[in-house]
Amino acid sequence: MITKKDVEYIAGLARIHLQDQEIEKLTGNLEDILGYIEKLEKLDVSQVEPTSHALPVQNVFRDDVVRPSLSQSDALKNAPQQHNGAFKVPQVIE
Amino acid sequence: MTTQTEKKFETVIGLEVHLQFKTRTKIFCGCANEFGNQPNTQTCPICLGLPGTLPVFNRTALEYAIKVALALNAKVSSTIKFDRKNYYYPDLPKGYQISQFDKPIARDGFIMIPTASSEKRIGIHRAHLEEDAGKIIHDSDIKASLVDYNRTGTPLMEIVTEPDLRSPQEAYDYLTTLKLILKYLDVSDCDMEKGSLRCDANISVREVGETILRTKTELKNMNSFKAVKIALEFEEARHRAVYLAGETITQETRLWNEIKQMTVTMRSKEQAHDYRYFPEPDLVPFIVSTEQIDEIRQTLPEFPEAKLNRLKNQYGLNDYDANVLVQEKAIANFFEDCCKIYQEPKKICNWLTGAIAAEINSRNNDIVQLKISPQNLTALIAKVENGVVSNLVAKDILTMMIDSGQSADIIIAEKGLAQVSDDSALEKVIDEILAANPGVVAQIKEGKDSAKGFLVGQAMKKTQGKANPKKLGEMITRRLLNA
Ligand SMILES: [Zn+2]
Repeated sequence: MITKKDVEYIAGLARIHLQDQEIEKLTGNLEDILGYIEKLEKLDVSQVEPTSHALPVQNVFRDDVVRPSLSQSDALKNAPQQHNGAFKVPQVIE
Repeated sequence: MTTQTEKKFETVIGLEVHLQFKTRTKIFCGCANEFGNQPNTQTCPICLGLPGTLPVFNRTALEYAIKVALALNAKVSSTIKFDRKNYYYPDLPKGYQISQFDKPIARDGFIMIPTASSEKRIGIHRAHLEEDAGKIIHDSDIKASLVDYNRTGTPLMEIVTEPDLRSPQEAYDYLTTLKLILKYLDVSDCDMEKGSLRCDANISVREVGETILRTKTELKNMNSFKAVKIALEFEEARHRAVYLAGETITQETRLWNEIKQMTVTMRSKEQAHDYRYFPEPDLVPFIVSTEQIDEIRQTLPEFPEAKLNRLKNQYGLNDYDANVLVQEKAIANFFEDCCKIYQEPKKICNWLTGAIAAEINSRNNDIVQLKISPQNLTALIAKVENGVVSNLVAKDILTMMIDSGQSADIIIAEKGLAQVSDDSALEKVIDEILAANPGVVAQIKEGKDSAKGFLVGQAMKKTQGKANPKKLGEMITRRLLNA
């Protein structure tokens, strides 16, 4: 049973701000999704290999060869704030 | 109360080591994997986590991971899959770290560590591959945190032990043994100062005889093996004191404070972990065949323990000498190269662990970069053994050889450093010394034999160390007897 509190917690982890109506709507949505999952759980999959990927593709590698990186200014282009070549973010430890 | 203090405690420790690989590029993109460059000069849309990009796995990172797994005597997983570890922190541009959750590349391994009496098996629970996070610089001046994403995406292997370690000293011994093995593998710089090797510790304390583990605390922020040991000692004492006071330990992460020399609670906000792992949809599975694993097994080096035993058996070295040589693979190899040219293992070992080690230290260099070859070193040692130069002068010659890259022969000839073996020249020197020190001569004649050393010293000085002191001593004795 998904509660309003669960939705607030998940929104907090994902750093999304939700309005009260949105929380209510999402509580119902998530409850529905869990309902589908419960249905799926009733299936017998004991003979089915677990799949982590939908494509029948394996072993896609890259050789260990250096390719040019972005310049510092390009890397920082989308940063809301920067300082001395670094991304400037709200203080995480005081 | 007395029964309380008589309690016998047992410490249980498990360690997590993070090892950065020294591949040329990052694990999922072609950015250079280098330390110490200007911030944010080694990033691309992939390692910056920009939308629409896809990671592609570095073949060499997998090869290195399999090497580590084999070195840890672990089972290598035949299917490699990655998972997303979700957490929100500025050092992680994507908001998740690509890691391995339920199917680590290696599990159920072990290494042997030396103990006072013999050795002990330390189990490796698992080892998995992941990407490193960026570096956060805390700048109190501007009241903000600064992020450098150069490190983001560096291949990282996390090696987790079983809770098999029973003391801070054992933890320390495990770390030094593991580091040496990893250095022999040549997959990482293993440099704690540069962060290419990092270690967190889990510790709990229980009474002897208890079978289940009590509450553990996790220790972070130790920047050397010694700090790991001291932090564990602090925490071990803290747990015991808490239990003796009849209180309980809280499960938490604690940070080692190097300045205060104590562990302190990490704020609970930073501990709220709910990683919501799920399979990484951007990476397909990787299948490792037994043939591939065997191929990689063939490339493994001789490991420190095996090399130690072989050096002892093959060259008749004692445990101490062999152990010193084995600490640096390059030194051990250099030793063996020398032994092929000149069959005096003990003498070569003494030079390597003495004069050469001193030169390496003072120059902050290593044997490979030092301008000396096994040919040149053994030629120099032979000159000492043949009496061409004294041991003392040979050390100066060694310094000059390393400075110039020239052979001992050339330096001895150019600087006229060959030992004076011409008796008449030495007799002349002794004449002068005896004439200049009549008091000492008188003392020796009165039976004070130890005073002879002074005269030998004077004569050595006069010949600028080019005489053989033993020969000088004999000549002085002869002269005084005949006088
Ligand atoms: Zn990149």
